[in-house]
Amino acid sequence: MVSDSPGKRVGKGTVFVKVEVCKGCAYCIEFCPADCLRFSRNYNAKGYHYPVLAKPELCVGCNTCGQYCPDFAIMGMRYKDIDALEATKSAVNDDDRSGAEAPGRKS
Amino acid sequence: MNPTEIMVSDADEKDVDTSRVAPIENPVLSMLRQDRLPHIWCPGCGIGTVVNCFSRALMSSGHDMNNVAVVSGIGCTGRVAGYMNLDSFHTTHGRSIPFATGLRLANPGLKVVVFSGDGDLFAIGGNHFLHAARRNLDMLIVCVNNFTYGMTGGQVAPTTPLKSTQSTMPFGNFEPPMNLPFVADAAGASYVARWTVFHIRQLVRAMKEGMEHKGFSFIEIMSPCPTLYLRRNKLGDGVDQVRYFKEHSVLKNGANTQDVAITATDPIVVGTFVERERPTWLDSRNAQLTATLGDRFVPYGGQNVQK
Repeated sequence: MVSDSPGKRVGKGTVFVKVEVCKGCAYCIEFCPADCLRFSRNYNAKGYHYPVLAKPELCVGCNTCGQYCPDFAIMGMRYKDIDALEATKSAVNDDDRSGAEAPGRKS
Repeated sequence: MNPTEIMVSDADEKDVDTSRVAPIENPVLSMLRQDRLPHIWCPGCGIGTVVNCFSRALMSSGHDMNNVAVVSGIGCTGRVAGYMNLDSFHTTHGRSIPFATGLRLANPGLKVVVFSGDGDLFAIGGNHFLHAARRNLDMLIVCVNNFTYGMTGGQVAPTTPLKSTQSTMPFGNFEPPMNLPFVADAAGASYVARWTVFHIRQLVRAMKEGMEHKGFSFIEIMSPCPTLYLRRNKLGDGVDQVRYFKEHSVLKNGANTQDVAITATDPIVVGTFVERERPTWLDSRNAQLTATLGDRFVPYGGQNVQK
């Protein structure tokens, strides 16, 4: 589950869109404070245009889009929060590897 | 609103990667019954945004979710009880407040939230609303006002503005609409606020305040109904109406509720209108019976409730 590649990062944050959940109401696009979202030219399986991050350099990951979304389809995150999450995740994985006899786990 | 007006250019579209997956699930989903999603509300409907705000208010309120119950009546907003991952009650039309009253009095430790629409709470359930407010029962009423009966086909509701067309008013509505905060204030509600779907942060704060407030709290939330109200009146899409709310709402905390009626020309007054202290029903009952019966009466619920 690779969320994004740090090499491609521009701006301070990004949004994640569940394309198939979106109903194309445009709340996120209209009320984005940085005006960085646009409708995609493509349709999802239900026949709606879904939002895409058209200007990634403007996004700050404030999650205003996620707070407006009536279908819980979009979520904004700051890169520093993503990095902190990835760090805790990899720390947990390292612990698992070091403790070969982890309780409750056979094989 | 025409989607092509705000569409990404061809050049930018190539750079967009839609296959990325978020490192965590949307935290709001933990408050919802995910097996019931996607919900039935139309594209552009504001009820989903209200549920989003309510979920975040619950998450940040720090309540034990085993002590929160949602009660809904019938209607589009009445579906909320089915989508919240809480103890919930989907009751008969208009009778959400009587059910909530019973729930609150049988278990005084419970936080009861009534989530229903304007038609359910003020047309068929109007009498229950008045008496619950008069008694100052300790509960939060969230009324999503979309100016129509959405689920049954756009009939005229007690909140439909004058001159707007509805399926049962094809030549324009001539019945004056109800001023919901004024009704709540006059009946004795101890917390009255109005926000729109545009005011998400204020809404989260108001919902938290209403849950903490001791007594009858009422929040009116204005929401677009794109399929029945807006389309029939040629008012555009859901997002156009929310943009209208953004441009035409005026914040007036503590405004006289007589002056906050929704009309076609005046700006929409939003804010917290009433915040007053009154003894709740259980406290008044305990005080009265203790005064009359003395030691023979054991107080029940009220301020001394065990959480």
